[in-house]
Amino acid sequence: MLTYLNAFLTNFLMPSPSKAFIHVRVNGQILAVAPYTTVAAALALAKIQYSRSSVQGMPRVPFCGMGVCQECRVSINGLPHMLACMELCQPEMNISTEAS
Amino acid sequence: MTAQDTDIAILGAGPAGLTAALAAAPSGQRILIIDEQALPGGQIWRQGPTTASVPARDRRLAMLAQYPNIQWASGTRMIASLKPGHLLLECPTDRAWTVYYKTLVLASGARELLLPFCGWTTPGVTGAGGLQALIKGGTPVYNQDIIIAGSGPLLLAVAHTARQHGARVRAILEQTSSAALLRFTAGLVAHPGKLLEAARFLPLLASTPYQADTHVHAVRKQNERLIVETRTRNGTTEILDCDRVAVGYGLIPTLEPALALGCHTTPQGILVGTDQQTSITGIYAAGECAGIGGVNLALATGRIAGLAASGQDITTALRQAHVARHFAQLMHRSFALGAALRIPPDGDTIFCRCEDVTIAAVASARTWRDAKLHSRCGMGACQGRLCGAAARLYWNWDQGTPRPPIGPARLGSLLLDNDAPNQHGPSCKTTVTPRADRQS
Repeated sequence: MLTYLNAFLTNFLMPSPSKAFIHVRVNGQILAVAPYTTVAAALALAKIQYSRSSVQGMPRVPFCGMGVCQECRVSINGLPHMLACMELCQPEMNISTEAS
Repeated sequence: MTAQDTDIAILGAGPAGLTAALAAAPSGQRILIIDEQALPGGQIWRQGPTTASVPARDRRLAMLAQYPNIQWASGTRMIASLKPGHLLLECPTDRAWTVYYKTLVLASGARELLLPFCGWTTPGVTGAGGLQALIKGGTPVYNQDIIIAGSGPLLLAVAHTARQHGARVRAILEQTSSAALLRFTAGLVAHPGKLLEAARFLPLLASTPYQADTHVHAVRKQNERLIVETRTRNGTTEILDCDRVAVGYGLIPTLEPALALGCHTTPQGILVGTDQQTSITGIYAAGECAGIGGVNLALATGRIAGLAASGQDITTALRQAHVARHFAQLMHRSFALGAALRIPPDGDTIFCRCEDVTIAAVASARTWRDAKLHSRCGMGACQGRLCGAAARLYWNWDQGTPRPPIGPARLGSLLLDNDAPNQHGPSCKTTVTPRADRQS
């Protein structure tokens, strides 16, 4: 029971800032992010100019922040059309935008 | 893959969903909490790398962790309901699976009303609550100049979060009139808890211009800065510059799951009785999806729905909801959209972001369907979740019932790839850590 509770607390309750950084790859660039950082935030931290280009080629970036607008679609570990604002960075995650 | 059976399914792990789960848990029935986000909390209680602890949320999560009859499916969205008591769920990194429930509590929450204006697709422009969610997720705003605009008390909370993360909030622009703002403030006296909450924004208000009667008219990018043109009700224009503009015109309920299930709704929310039961027996709705009313109403209705769904007595819970409803009414009266925002912007403004359709391309249509067929508006990835709300406001177009899948889904999910091994099924509550495992 205690292990169960502990796992839950570390997973779901306040992330501790002292935890080790996670390394992800954004368009080939290696980036260290704090645990629980979203992929959308990783794009911003990597100074990626845009997450997708629109039908007419206009640059778009995360807009609604909560999985509604679909502007933040990126590829994660080869899976296309993942919503960057809904996914958390995981160790060794490979994130790429159309721009790459 | 085997289908999963549960007694009570709860869709959404925000304040309403978590409270419903906690209210239903002592009944001993099997409860499955399904949530789109990777971490529970919904929007207002969103967790992230730098967010502060929220006692109300953390207490609930700790209590829920002690119930063996609670299971979690986080990072999971409902994509269809193909028959009564059935839900088709998808975890985007994994696969789909089926859940059969006896009772269902919809706590799907709300999204922002995001209205088009000239330049709203420019990078640097986000929703208001959208910016708050992005910041909480770790998007840096340190040392950035930010303008927050739109309507409602949420703007203050967004400004507060932005400042905590090192941004300079240049201005908060509220579309409602200063008279309405005054009446709202006066009305808060009847809600001491809310007044106390508002007090924490006093330092912010002391140092940030909070301008009523004003909205963002246009934004353009110039030398890596955003040039913002604002308009007041009497037509005065002002030019501001900043790094980010966050605009949101309040909240609208998320109705797609309810519509897909066949529950009766209005644009204001899912229709429910005093026990939060929808038009379909055994399906309950709580929180913002059953009518926008703030966190207290979400907690109150979540508790009623959780008790009712598990066959417990709801009498004491009803009182709590009554006070919260009064506040909701005050909020709706005070932040009603002004006339200038109820008419579409200039014709060359992008209306549908997914398909790059302009206002001019849809304005001559007579119905939503007509507009879709002629311009492809609302037919892109978001399926009209953004422009549909604007279309209703401008032209009073009804969107009808969404067909399954209710959101973008993988083909494999729709084919119900039954032979594939179910990698997470009922043990989804561990989705937060073992995602790396799934790369194989």
